[in-house]
Amino acid sequence: MDVLTPRSLDEALRLKAEHPGAVSIQGGTDVMIALNFDQARPELLLNLNEVVELRGWSRENGTLRLGAGLTYADAMADVVADELPALAEASRTVGSPQIRNRGTIGGNLGTASPAGDALPPLLVERAVVEVASTRGARRVPLQEFLVGVKRNALDDDELILSVLVEPSRQSQTFMKVGPRNAMVIAVCSLAVVVDRERGELRAAFGSAAPVARLVTAAIDEAESFPEQVAGAASPIDDVRGTAAYRRHALRVLTARALERCLA
Amino acid sequence: MSTATRTLRPGHALPSTRRADAAPKVTGEFAYSSDLHAAGMLWGQTVRSPHAHARILGIDVVQARAMPGVHAVLTHEDVPGQKTYGLEFADQPVLAIDRVRYFGEAVAIVAAEEPEQARRAAAAVRVEYEPLEPVTDPEQAAEMAPLHPDRPTMGHGFRDDARPNVVRSMVIRRGDPDAEGDVAVEGVYEIGQQDQAFLGPESGIAIPDGEGGVDIHVATQWLHVDRDQAAPCLALEPEQVRIHLAGVGGAFGGREDLSMQIHAAMLALRTGRPVKIVYNREESFVGHIHRHPARIWAQHRATRDGKLVAVRMRILIDGGAYASSSTAVIANACSFAVGPYAVDNVLVDGLAVYTNNPPCGAMRGFGAVQACFAAEAQMDKLATALEIDSVELRLLNALEPGGMLPTGQVVTGSLPTRDVIRRAAALPVPEPEELPREAIRLPGGAGNTTRGEGVRRGVGFAVGFKNICYSEGFDDYCTARVVLAEDGSAEVHCAAADVGQGVSDVILQVARLELGTDDVTLASGSTARVGSAGSASSSRMTWMAAGAVQTACRAALDERDRSGGAVDVERIYRHPRTYPLDPETGQITDGRAHVALAVAAMRVVAEVDVDLGLTRVVWIGTAQDVGNALNRTAVEGQIEGGTAQGLGLALMEEIQTRDGVIANASFTDYLIPTFLDMPPVVSDLVEEPEPDAPYGVKGVGEPPTVVSTAAIVAALRDATGRELARVPVRPDDIAGL
Repeated sequence: MDVLTPRSLDEALRLKAEHPGAVSIQGGTDVMIALNFDQARPELLLNLNEVVELRGWSRENGTLRLGAGLTYADAMADVVADELPALAEASRTVGSPQIRNRGTIGGNLGTASPAGDALPPLLVERAVVEVASTRGARRVPLQEFLVGVKRNALDDDELILSVLVEPSRQSQTFMKVGPRNAMVIAVCSLAVVVDRERGELRAAFGSAAPVARLVTAAIDEAESFPEQVAGAASPIDDVRGTAAYRRHALRVLTARALERCLA
Repeated sequence: MSTATRTLRPGHALPSTRRADAAPKVTGEFAYSSDLHAAGMLWGQTVRSPHAHARILGIDVVQARAMPGVHAVLTHEDVPGQKTYGLEFADQPVLAIDRVRYFGEAVAIVAAEEPEQARRAAAAVRVEYEPLEPVTDPEQAAEMAPLHPDRPTMGHGFRDDARPNVVRSMVIRRGDPDAEGDVAVEGVYEIGQQDQAFLGPESGIAIPDGEGGVDIHVATQWLHVDRDQAAPCLALEPEQVRIHLAGVGGAFGGREDLSMQIHAAMLALRTGRPVKIVYNREESFVGHIHRHPARIWAQHRATRDGKLVAVRMRILIDGGAYASSSTAVIANACSFAVGPYAVDNVLVDGLAVYTNNPPCGAMRGFGAVQACFAAEAQMDKLATALEIDSVELRLLNALEPGGMLPTGQVVTGSLPTRDVIRRAAALPVPEPEELPREAIRLPGGAGNTTRGEGVRRGVGFAVGFKNICYSEGFDDYCTARVVLAEDGSAEVHCAAADVGQGVSDVILQVARLELGTDDVTLASGSTARVGSAGSASSSRMTWMAAGAVQTACRAALDERDRSGGAVDVERIYRHPRTYPLDPETGQITDGRAHVALAVAAMRVVAEVDVDLGLTRVVWIGTAQDVGNALNRTAVEGQIEGGTAQGLGLALMEEIQTRDGVIANASFTDYLIPTFLDMPPVVSDLVEEPEPDAPYGVKGVGEPPTVVSTAAIVAALRDATGRELARVPVRPDDIAGL
């Protein structure tokens, strides 16, 4: 196994075009586990840690551009935390401090696990994923980017550049259920925005369907919204929890989230 | 052994006993067995069964042997001596012969230059299996086709039970179990399969000595029993197999049985090169035995004023594919089934069975954990039925010295049951914290799932006890050797395994006191230099090592007085003798079946989110019978660690299997408590010297694990009003799904 370490975005895109089988690695919190457990032996790793263009965040007009290399620790601080509070709450639930210092938003999108903690808060904020290859860049709404269990809409020669969000600045929260009080993969998770501006309720859940899924309703449907969210789920029984519990928990969480956000 | 005129009290012998291994462990400098290295070493890898039960039709190693870097690929045909081994019964093949009986069973072993080459070669070993229907329901096991037709545990003085797959059948019958009370309560309880989850995986290195023998450096709990199992399989004399203790990263019973010892030695002897084996986390879950899952039925009868009249219990434990220590675990579960209570009429039926589930054996608490969970739930049920305070009910029935265990054994040593109950019950419980609070101070923790909605508080109480040292006539001893130099310095040899509990410091503390000098060093443990210390288990090591070192030190001083100059003496210490239980009645056949007892009471405050089924244990207070505490910090460490392990079983720790196959062999899915799950523990040490023990000590490692699971679930019941008859308690159980 070899490691390619591009120093610029152009070089990264060129290498990815030349080696479409190369596995991108940023924080390594997913890729390294697969390597250590001998579940994956890619011929090539594409180490994106030296690509400056992927780091941090910036603002373009009203849009926040979160670089693919933005860590969870970054998302818990400063402007990002102020403007995307549910994402900050979700980031706080990720692993341990060490993992939050390494794991990235781009990695969460790249892995596209139904349990990805950053996905629900980005879905409720109608995030758009910016991807690029040597052929050019394109923008894909996050909902369309997530296509299946650990599958996303990236082509073989593409890299994730950033996530674009126009912060709603509306009342929002994130909650995650796990059988212990820290360092868990979500049994199920939920982000909710009560968008008074648009007159809309938006919820997105994780670990209760093949992909993190967005549910919307009119703002006056608060009473039936918990049932709508639970109904949109298609959970399974697995070692982390039962389908019945996940549906039940989504109902409870949605009701609590609405209470928080409507208060 | 009540000759101790010199007494050892905390603060007297050694004012400050900071543990020698503390700093290196905290700074990362401590060498664990997985850190070992030898020049020219190869890496070993184990080929394991993907099936819980299958016939082996053929093993093809040709391709694997031809792979780059590979020096050896061995199967059962290459085992030089005896083909099977076992802690008590040699029923487990070194490498599977014609059949695999559990998921992960070792089938072949590989040695190669690099670990990756070894893994690749292991993957290239082609084993042809014919899958067989696995026996996975312990309730059905005794009616299924036998997994061990030769019945390896029969003829060892156990009750005759000819049914297939019976490892040991037990009865303890005392008085008239049909005696009627005014009130009866009944329940069925279930305990899931817990793992020791030690952080240092199975690992070690075997180095051929060039003369046909081998040195094995390994993390283990009992060096000499490793040697005695390995040598016959290697067709070597015991002296040719030298086991040396390497840094142990936790044990908790899980290192009693062999893991990689024989495999690494076979590869080393075959290749003439040192061979290192380190299991990864996934492999570690199949690399050692687990705590027995159990199903327990219990019926308690009492008078209107709360006196226990009769207790009847049936205990079924799943031993998995091989016997390991199941025969002793079921004896313990039955012996302590009733709890530390006096009751004249008892019937306990116990059964340990073979299945194709993961093998089970020793784990901290050793049968008493499962029994305590059921018995204490019953005591609470009884208190509710009688409308008596649950602490009062326990005090009323408390077993004290002079009282009798259901086996007919009279309690002759120390057993301050009432004292620990009173003192635990007197510990002040913290006031409920105000809302709002940070999410991490609420059930669900970092998950931010509640701001107080659905949260109810509960308080639980439980009492638990178990034995110290080995039982039922086992010849249990410990050896120590003391070398006094002419310059007055001393070197102590003892093969007691320091598994993290700090027995090394106890040995030095005793030697320095007895020899009257601080110039004492402890040699590293090795079968080459000293006799057996017995196992670092059953809460026995402090007692036994203290006894052996004390005896050897006194003998060394006597010898020096007599002969002068340098001396080198080795002495064996034995605790008071035990005797077997009658196989048909479970009654003692002489004296005692268990050496001594230790009791602990615990009070727990928990907050439960009753809608989501999530829990925050807020506070734990415990009073524990510890004999004389030799090192208060070490005792508190054992209490806190033991409690955390019991909390894990109460709330989250379970090996999940599907048709015998482990579904959560990782720390991603087998969860152990974090810092946010484990509350502070207030420990009140009840110090009453044990008359039969050196310096009046008692082992302290297990009682907190025995009692904490029961106490925590009692708090959850109080908060939720639900029966919660199974551990670990799942969110579904609390939410009522």
